[in-house]
Amino acid sequence: MSESRTFGSQLLSGLRRLPIDTSLLAPLLALLILLVVSSLASEFFLNTRNISNVLRQVSYTGIIAIGMTFVIIAGGIDLSVGSMLALVGVVLMYIVNAIADPVQAVIMGMLGAVLVGALFGLFNGILVTKGRIAAFVVTLASMSIFRSLALYFTDAGEITTRNPLFNNIGGGFFLGLPIPVWTFLAMAIVAHILLMHTAYGRHVCAVGSNAQVARYSGIRVQRVIMSTFVIAGVCVGVSAIMLASRLNSVSPSDAGYFYELDAIAAVVIGGTALAGGRGSIWGTVIGALILGIINNMLNLMGVSPYLQGLMKGAVILAAVLLQYRRNT
Amino acid sequence: MSHPLLRLRGISKAFGPVTVLQNIDLDVEPGEVLGILGENGAGKSTLLKLISGVYQPTAGTIELDGQPFQSLDPIEARSCGVAMIPQEFNLVPSLRVYENVFLGQEIRRYGLLDRRTMRRRTVEILASLNVDLNPNLMIGKLSVAEKQMVEVARVLVNDARIVILDEPTTVLTDREVAVLFDVVRSLQSRGVAVLFISHKLKEVKELCHRLLILRDGRPVELCATADLTEEDMAYRMVGRELAQIYPDKGSTPGDCALEVQGLSVPGLISDISFRLHRGEVLGLAGLVGSGRTEVAEAIMGLQARVSGSIRIDGKPVSIRDPDAAHRHGLAYLSEDRQGKGLILNFNVMQNITALSLKRYVRGLIRHGAERRQAEHYQERLAIKAASLRNPVGLLSGGNQQKVYLAKLLDIHPRILLLDEPTRGIDINTKQQIYRLIRSLADEGNAVLVISSELEEIIGLADRALVMREGQIAAELTGDQINEQDIMLYAAGARHRDSGAPEPALN
Ligand SMILES: Nc1ncnc2c1ncn2[C@@H]1O[C@H](COP(=O)(O)OP(=O)(O)OP(=O)(O)O)[C@@H](O)[C@H]1O
Ligand SMILES: [Mg+2]
Repeated sequence: MSESRTFGSQLLSGLRRLPIDTSLLAPLLALLILLVVSSLASEFFLNTRNISNVLRQVSYTGIIAIGMTFVIIAGGIDLSVGSMLALVGVVLMYIVNAIADPVQAVIMGMLGAVLVGALFGLFNGILVTKGRIAAFVVTLASMSIFRSLALYFTDAGEITTRNPLFNNIGGGFFLGLPIPVWTFLAMAIVAHILLMHTAYGRHVCAVGSNAQVARYSGIRVQRVIMSTFVIAGVCVGVSAIMLASRLNSVSPSDAGYFYELDAIAAVVIGGTALAGGRGSIWGTVIGALILGIINNMLNLMGVSPYLQGLMKGAVILAAVLLQYRRNT
Repeated sequence: MSHPLLRLRGISKAFGPVTVLQNIDLDVEPGEVLGILGENGAGKSTLLKLISGVYQPTAGTIELDGQPFQSLDPIEARSCGVAMIPQEFNLVPSLRVYENVFLGQEIRRYGLLDRRTMRRRTVEILASLNVDLNPNLMIGKLSVAEKQMVEVARVLVNDARIVILDEPTTVLTDREVAVLFDVVRSLQSRGVAVLFISHKLKEVKELCHRLLILRDGRPVELCATADLTEEDMAYRMVGRELAQIYPDKGSTPGDCALEVQGLSVPGLISDISFRLHRGEVLGLAGLVGSGRTEVAEAIMGLQARVSGSIRIDGKPVSIRDPDAAHRHGLAYLSEDRQGKGLILNFNVMQNITALSLKRYVRGLIRHGAERRQAEHYQERLAIKAASLRNPVGLLSGGNQQKVYLAKLLDIHPRILLLDEPTRGIDINTKQQIYRLIRSLADEGNAVLVISSELEEIIGLADRALVMREGQIAAELTGDQINEQDIMLYAAGARHRDSGAPEPALN
């Protein structure tokens, strides 16, 4: 008994000395188990097309979850990302359809989407910091506003495009993997460096840990909080580009529906503290993968779509319980 | 047979691979005040946390009244009559004073909270502590000293049999300390046992009957206080003789580094004017609530609605936030190290470079340079930490203070505003920090030291300002910097304007 315990603690302290972050171990382990179980449960799972599809599906919410990670680490939350995606998507389609030259249309559309996303994020950020309203309330309101505007502008109808190039972004492949997956990966790498290796990332963590100490340390707390919402908006813009160009259309009522929950879930499963102060981008990536694989597996096994929410909920609870254990 | 009130046998405590306490035996009788001494990180707080159920011992037993103490948690300890004032406050900032005093021990009537009674009792208890505080105020709005007194009030609400005080006096001035000691004596006369930690040997000598001295988690002495002089205590704690605590004072000060003119913050301070010179250590004394901290925060751009003017090196400056202050070479050490100073879940390195991070960035943060600098400070300030990667919240109180000092020093400030710089620091390190302050001044920097410890002002300051009710009541130099004069001005028993200063009475 005591021997196994010392062995266990030795193993743990040994693992702690490895260069990887131990808080990633639990989600990583969960992901591995899930992969093994899925490949055993369904022969289709490891099929290249299936894997590629799962990864693509994960990218849309995963990209948003990266932005959400910054917001949550700084002590906030953003419930508006799903609706924002719909509205940004609508704007994007307008731009793409408004410009005659197909190349120009695509480029301007992409720039526009990112810019509009950033502006919407700024809108949230200003209300949270200057307006001194809780992030939860601000983004609850803007969630409703963004969705409503998207429906209004389109009369609730789907908008499509005939631009011949647009689909090459979200629908295209590079080295055998869909472009959205590469985009997700690239954004994760950049976000990780930003969070762990720059002064800005340090400031985000400081603000989320103790805003008062951050203020006394000369950090512009409000600016940092605002910037995390802008990052979330930019991520939404990128996700909107990927999703809209894949489908060549945007449906204002369906696009981004419940994405905020998936994004928050990915962040939480990845071990980022919902109370703020610390977190990890790779954790979020793993969290998004876990959610995507569970969804896929349930589909492959023919489980009723009505039950899929139950599984997702169970995974979130398990992840949070694990975190709680570790912290006490 | 009568049992001792509290009996510890063979108590050890380890956190993972690090052993913090080893083989402690201790009996405590009712009505006894036991002092616990030791350097920073010696294990004092950990020992008391074992007794109050915050931690469980790795080995050994704790008996209360001859009953093995099954204390698995602080709630059970509390119901067994063990009450503790922790070193770091344990108050809920968003709750009111009376709600905090009665937190977990609310008075109920017909199942509902009896707010009236709780408020009345709070006022009564605070009055018995000579504290005049609105029970409806939010804790977050209180000064550190006021929070400390609320913590004391919490302990007095219930009839405790063992009261544990972990460095309760670090932020109190002599006046509040005297009140607190009266409370301790009255507890003791009712048969309550008191365990008391302090780095102020004079206090320990005055208050405690017996002493337990710890060194590196091991007991080195358990004896009657009367048997030891203060020098003996210091010797036993550190393991060697301590030389003179305060360094020699400075020579003639240089140019004016900081000039403050008519600084006011409505309701807090009014018309503060003073000069701080290079090479000078200026003391700022005063009672709790006299506005000393507010002066420093107003200079740093941390107070709203500040009026008045500030000149640095003769040039007028406008400082609207700490960042601007840092750029002008100012640095401020707050008295509230956990609330305003350190990010507890950041590690030691990240805290030390929190202000100076820019210097470690070449595009990306150079973690290696960061670590080397942290190691440098670890050695220079004798920071005791299992690892520089440990969250700073796991360090002992005194070691946290040293990390905080290092954080400040790392921006190489030219004007330092230090609010209680040696809060919770043991005498050995205190001596080092006094030397550090003096050498900073000798190198041509200007230092303002706010302290509630008169001795510190007297021993360290070339010149001293005394504040009272938000104003500067006196400026003292040379021999005028003595206990009596400072207290007379601080308490308002003597005024600067009442003609020529009377000659000292002795
Ligand atoms: N929860 C913990 N995990 C790991 N190490 C800890 C923990 N709590 C305390 N320690 C370590 O135990 C040692 C003793 O700490 P303790 O707080 O008891 O010191 P102390 O005697 O109260 O010092 P001080 O005078 O500075 O308050 C320190 O080195 C500290 O880093
Ligand atoms: Mg301590």
